[in-house]
Amino acid sequence: MKWMITNAYLVDPASGREGYGAVAIADGRIVAIQEHPADSPTAPTIPGFTPDRIWDAERRVLAPALVDTYAHLTGPVLEQQTRLERELRGAAAGGIGHLVVAPDTAPPLDEPGLVEMLLERARRAAITDTLPLGALTVGLKGEQLAEMARLTAAGCIAFSQGDRPMRDTLALLRAMQYAASFDLPVWLTATDPDLSLPGGAHDGVVAARLGLPPIPVAAETVALTRLIELAAEAGVRLHVVNLSSERSVALLRRAKEEGLPISASVSALHLTMTERDIGAFDTNAHVIPPLRSSRDREALAAAVADGTIDVITSNHTTVGRDAKAYPFSESAPGAAGFETLLPLVLRWGESQGLSLAQTLAPVSSRAAALVDNDEWGRLAVGAPADLMLFDPDEPWIVDAQSLVGPAHNTPWWGLPLTGRVTHLMRRGVFVFERAAEPFRN
Amino acid sequence: MTSLQLTPDGRLRHLLTLDGLPEPILQQIFSLADSFLEVSERAVKKVPLLRGKSVFNIFFENSTRTRTTFEIAATRLSADVINLNIATSSTAKGESLLDTIDNLCAMMADMFVIRHAASGAPVRIAQHLAERGLDHVSVLNAGDGRHAHPTQGLLDMYTIRHYKKDFTRLTVAVVGDVLHSRVARSEIAALTTLGVPEVRVAGPKTLLPKALGELGVRVTHDLDEALDGVDVIMMLRLQNERMHGSFIATTAEYHECWGLTPERLKRAKPDAIVMHPGPMNRGVEIASSVADGPQAVILPQVTFGIAIRMAVFTLLAGVAPGGLT
Repeated sequence: MKWMITNAYLVDPASGREGYGAVAIADGRIVAIQEHPADSPTAPTIPGFTPDRIWDAERRVLAPALVDTYAHLTGPVLEQQTRLERELRGAAAGGIGHLVVAPDTAPPLDEPGLVEMLLERARRAAITDTLPLGALTVGLKGEQLAEMARLTAAGCIAFSQGDRPMRDTLALLRAMQYAASFDLPVWLTATDPDLSLPGGAHDGVVAARLGLPPIPVAAETVALTRLIELAAEAGVRLHVVNLSSERSVALLRRAKEEGLPISASVSALHLTMTERDIGAFDTNAHVIPPLRSSRDREALAAAVADGTIDVITSNHTTVGRDAKAYPFSESAPGAAGFETLLPLVLRWGESQGLSLAQTLAPVSSRAAALVDNDEWGRLAVGAPADLMLFDPDEPWIVDAQSLVGPAHNTPWWGLPLTGRVTHLMRRGVFVFERAAEPFRN
Repeated sequence: MTSLQLTPDGRLRHLLTLDGLPEPILQQIFSLADSFLEVSERAVKKVPLLRGKSVFNIFFENSTRTRTTFEIAATRLSADVINLNIATSSTAKGESLLDTIDNLCAMMADMFVIRHAASGAPVRIAQHLAERGLDHVSVLNAGDGRHAHPTQGLLDMYTIRHYKKDFTRLTVAVVGDVLHSRVARSEIAALTTLGVPEVRVAGPKTLLPKALGELGVRVTHDLDEALDGVDVIMMLRLQNERMHGSFIATTAEYHECWGLTPERLKRAKPDAIVMHPGPMNRGVEIASSVADGPQAVILPQVTFGIAIRMAVFTLLAGVAPGGLT
């Protein structure tokens, strides 16, 4: 099928270019891009290209599909095809075309066979690309090294503990050294298990008022310092997942200035919410790391804008109603993130006064660079036609009617957001179209 | 939480926390307690205001003292009182908590008095009742984790009002383990609402939340400084489990630094009152001679507690009398 999508607002995060135009697609790739004035009455002609179908995007934004660099797939995704597909449909509804999956699935991704099973199911689903992180240690227990070479051969892009800690510092150093032997990066969260009290909240005014166990900023900075020093010792590429505090930004900046091979991410939730959003013990705002102060949020937002923090994640975690029905401290942590990713990133970009291309970079071109992919996150001739269409101004309410995936555990529940994905195209084929806007391939 | 515990027209639907509870409601509770105090002094200590109502005392955490005071208060109002002691096990929390509530609602409960080890558990129950449309059922928080103990806070304020009359001229010191204390949180919230101009909080850094200053109190680690010229001293209980381990070194050193002794008490105003929510650790946070001394009002606190709980029950039930006396 040869496509021409016209009258779209084209955004290329890789080059920073924006403007109205048309995109020609053949064999799953972008074959031509032609700018034209907004609301041009006729489709532009591209020499040597005769489209099978021409489609008017009605001035919506056409941009590369998002690259989400950290999400948890909970539940029986390895056993049940339908469960995996429901999650991936939620990701697609969020505009996510390429998804990095944390290894803390059930069971964890610590054997090549499990990785192959996940990839085979994802291939069959044909909704989004799935990039597994392998378990750094067997069972994510932080003791025995996992078979990293064989896991890489099975398709893992890096090694991680998910959100589980590595208590044993010597085991962590050896795991980093082992990964570095194959030039494999490690992706780790910075959470000190002793300081990060279970069921806690940021050691601030909300925890003080509600009487929740306080999690100090040091729970992150102590762990981050440990990671940085061990990674320098081991000579491993370190990606720190989901930072939450201003002081961590300073530590990260210094490590980068020293020239260490380090990168970092922050979740879209931490760029847009603070401890105050816990409100009256909202268990959907029970996340790890905890939502921190507005000062931390502002520092994180500025750090993504200036490139100190490389990418924005969904940190998506589906938690069922029952596990969230407990009192705050006893509820399971985690928030849904796929379908709110784009509107939250747009909100962040607006707060920083960024262009659309700059806004999307941490969830497209910069995220593609993190996973060593030079094709994704680009709207350019020759790039794969992995594209999303969205209306940046469309208001919508986060509720059971609007969400597509199974995850309803978001602190944005019942609240309005602006900006909504209407279509997702994968290799030139529409894999998601919002019900109100059906379009048949 | 204000929208949860008040009806749209501003009446008390649940009592979950004193944080954000408007001053007129506090004053209304105090006036009602005045009249119930009189009832407690009669030969027949009973009024029929809650006749036919079922009050369920659900204690997920053991507490004979608090449960008894709620039971006495409800009984004096002629309510039917059902006591449930549900020991929390690690597996039987949360959903079973809400399941328990659903079951008791089916038994036509009118009011739940809840004590739970987790902060926010009564809030969760109140939210659950709202989701179920059970607007006629009230939740009374009898202490949840470290969050709130509103009736204790109210009876403490009532005690201060009894001895000191005007809140707006007072300096109050709260001393001890604030970090783990739901009582301290309720006291601080109420003192602020009632317009106490200076609330000081003293204790070791390990037992004070970092952001305490943001709650509108003056924080110090020096007890002498905290007690200087105060009108009211509110001591907090040092919980047994904190007495050993990493929060404090030894109880002896704690007593030396933050225990209220007769010498220390001299720093306060001569007519200062000393309060304690009980049960006391004599010789740890408070010296026996102070606890039993003329400035201590610890036993009147207990007496006032019954009247305060009667007042809250009637307000929640919507049967608060206009002219009880």
